[in-house]
This record gives sequence, C-alpha cells and structure tokens, in this order.
Amino acid sequence: MVDSAFAPFAELVPEASEETAPFWDGLAAGELRLQHCPACGSYQHPAESFCYACGSTDVAWEAVHGHGAVYSFIVVHQPYHAAFRDRLPYVVATVQLDEGPRMLGPIFDIDPAAVAIGMRVQPRIEPVSADRAALFFAPEG
Amino acid sequence: MKGFSHRYCIVGVGQTPYGKVPGMSQLAHNVLAIRAAMADAGLTTNEVDGVLTKAPTSTFPMLWAPKVAEALRITPRVTGTLDQAGASNIGLIQYAISCLELGQANYIAISYGDNPRSGTRSTYARPRGDDALAGVFGAPSSYAMVARRHMYEYGTTHEQLANVAMTHRYHASMNPNAVFQDPITMDDYEHSRFVAEPFRLLDCCPVSDGGAAYIVTTEERAKDLAKAPVYVEGIGQGHPAWDFFRRDQLATSGAKVSGEGAFRTAGLGPEDIDFCEIYDCFTIVPLITLEEYGFCAKGEGGSLYEDGQTRLGGRLPVNTSGGLLSETGMPGTQLVVEAVRQLRGEGGPRQVAGAEVGLVSQQGGIMTTHSTMIVTKG
Repeated sequence: MVDSAFAPFAELVPEASEETAPFWDGLAAGELRLQHCPACGSYQHPAESFCYACGSTDVAWEAVHGHGAVYSFIVVHQPYHAAFRDRLPYVVATVQLDEGPRMLGPIFDIDPAAVAIGMRVQPRIEPVSADRAALFFAPEG
Repeated sequence: MKGFSHRYCIVGVGQTPYGKVPGMSQLAHNVLAIRAAMADAGLTTNEVDGVLTKAPTSTFPMLWAPKVAEALRITPRVTGTLDQAGASNIGLIQYAISCLELGQANYIAISYGDNPRSGTRSTYARPRGDDALAGVFGAPSSYAMVARRHMYEYGTTHEQLANVAMTHRYHASMNPNAVFQDPITMDDYEHSRFVAEPFRLLDCCPVSDGGAAYIVTTEERAKDLAKAPVYVEGIGQGHPAWDFFRRDQLATSGAKVSGEGAFRTAGLGPEDIDFCEIYDCFTIVPLITLEEYGFCAKGEGGSLYEDGQTRLGGRLPVNTSGGLLSETGMPGTQLVVEAVRQLRGEGGPRQVAGAEVGLVSQQGGIMTTHSTMIVTKG
C-alpha cells in the first residue's frame, strides 16, 4: 500500500542498474540491503561490481540493521523539488551507519530544533509505488 | 618555482562584464576575456600559441579549448581542458608552465567563461547523482552539511559566517566590476532567508555570467610586454576526492596539502603572504581554507574575520575584489585576475598597501579538489 503522501517521491527513484537493483528490491521488500565483502569484511554503498576497500569482485548482499548516528545535518528551506514542497523546511542528515558506510537521508515529521549531531536514527522505508520504496531515516526507538 | 629551470609569469589579465549579461554566449565570454588579456599584455593572436580552458560549468561541452582557439582564429600548438571543477584554473597554470618549460608554446592563454545566469542554471539545482530521494539538491545543501559539522567541532558561529559575507562585500563596495556593491550589516545577514540551514542566502555566492582570462609566458618574454610581470612562485594541489559526506573528516578540505605544496615550491610560508584571494562559494569555505593554510589554528578562522584581520587595512586582507560571494559567482579565474591587479598596484580604492606577495586559492566540487598559487612582484 502506497501512502499517497509518499507517491510524489516515485519519480525521484533512479533507474536500477545491474549493480543497484538488489538495493532497490530490498527496500521494496521492506529491508535495507548493503553489499558486503566476505574477503575484507567491509560494507559499502552505493553498490558496485567490486569491493571499494580491497578490489575483490566477490561481493555479496546482506540485509542490515541500518541504525546509526547523525554525523551532520541541514534544514532545507529552498523548494528544489515538488515532492518535498509540502515538507518544507525538511531535515536531511548524513548518517554514520553502525555497519560502516555513511548515507544521506531526510528525517521527516520531526521538529528541526530536536535534531542534533550524535542523535541515534534508524531506517524508515516507505513504499512510493507498486514496486519501489524509498529510504528515509527516523529517530531510533 | 622550485623544480623548473626558468621563472614563469602572468603577463596579461582580462574579463568580460560579470552578473546578468544577456546577449553574450559562453564562447563570447571566453574569447573576449582572452582578447582583453592579450590587449593588457600587448600581445596579438599572431603570438598566442596555447589555449587552455575549464569547460563552462552549466553545459560542460567537449573539446572546449579547441573551440575557443578557433573562435580566436588561432591554430594553437597546445590546447586542453582540465576537469578539476573550480580548482581547474590554477591547475591549468601548472600545465601551461610545463608546456612552456618543454618549449611547446610561447604564450599561453587560460580562460573561463559561462552564461548560467542568462542561459541555463539547471546544473546549480540538480540532485547529486542518484541521491535526489535524499533531498539534497544543488551545492548549498552539501556545503551547509560541512558548515554544520565545522560549527559542531570548533564552535564556529553564525556571526562569524556573517563576518565573511560582510568583509567580502565591504571590499566589493570598492570594486566597480562587482555584482553586489552595497555594503551589508549583521542585521541584513540575519534577515536574509534560509536556503539550507545553517546557510542563509547571504552565505551563498550568486550564479553569474562572465568571463576571465590570463596569459602565461616565460620571464624572458615577459620583459618585452606592456605591463610589469607577476611571477608564479609556487603551486600546490590537494584532492580529498571522496564524495563529501563519505569523507572521514567533513570539516576539512584539500587546502592543507595544496597549501603545503604551494609554500614548498615557493620557498615561502604563511608569514610572507600580504593578501589572499580565497575561493568563497560559501562563507564556511574561507574559514576552513585559512585554517588549513596555517594562518591560524584549526577552528580559529572565524576569529580572523571577527577581529577584522581579513579586512583591507588588517594583517591579511582576504578577497579584495569581493570574491565569489560579492564580485561574481564564477569558479575562480577572477581571483587570479584580482591577485595580478593587486600586485601591479591597480586596485584603486581597494589596493592593499605594499602588496608584494599574494596567495590564490581555488577548489571544486564539494571541497573535492583544491589548488593554491603564490604570486609575487618578482
């Protein structure tokens, strides 16, 4: 079921490539999947056909917990895209995932004044169309 | 410059009008800026035999330098376009000097020109790659993320960011070429709208049309030209390269490595610099840059501005023409032009008294690339 409030984000979902399709399929299934390198143990995003850390081409997909801490954040007031217009001003955080990679994502439905560097967050996955979902973040808990 | 057998000079500078300039193409800004630089040096198209460019940011055409050369009616011995974004136009001086050292050309023109204000400015509001869903569009959002982290780690304040905007605008008030010449106050800053907190509109440079260019040659050839040469004493580069939010330390840039390279090749240090022209696409950038060059301790950049040290008449005047924030929102070529004018004593009311050694800083992307150049009167 797509909440109509999230339908406008569908057009921002990029076309999946051979490398990135498992990430988007994961979100559609309601989970965050990252590439993991069995050779060196690192997690990575965005997806590639090789490991950024060691060059191994034997990279696997794993569903992860995806919790982390806000490393930095902004509060966007400028209406860049219609999908975000009703949410202005909105918070975007750089999230340091516990697994290692950093990701960018909005934290909606929160008072910007309540956001701080170090705040714990977790994935918030919302369907945006019949077969696609988007990754946002929300306070842990 | 250490490592080269000869000394190399900037001998002519030129520009086209900055701001909103309808009726001038990207090609016109490049060609007319180069023609102005040639006239400034007393050179003609019969003598200039190298053309180097950064591609226009707004459309990024291929094979741009040959196109500019053709439009100048020059058949060059050397062309090239360097993609270091805003750091390109110092990187191109390094390339030009290498070509001169190898005898591949005699007089090399370097230009940047674009018309994003009158043409298409969509590149300045586009999302970052596949990250549109993250809600990060355009450069202000990314630099604001850097600013927030710097404020968190070092206690940098909104008032200190405001002082960067106010200081550069004060200098622009003495520059008839500047897009914004009206001085601004703390009250103006605090009443300018938020773009992406912590940034207000006055933390951001404008998107401007315009062109700027310079000519580089050997010391020997420079002596026969119209104006006193400005000597390139040192160049450095430093490239953090990683996408900004994946970088280990977000509140740093390539300025440390780039500055060390420039000081080392010049045989000079921060204490020798009389003035700086620093890439200031956003107010946070000069603070980080000055800190990493060693003009103050890490985290103390804001104090340099608050104490008035970076103002004309202070210990280290910064961005005497107004910089990207107030003179013109272009990627750095104009900063080299201003440094040359200062060293020639052509600054008019904004002239730095006794200016003999200047430093120019450029960077590109979201502090992805960095270049530094030290120039003197010789």
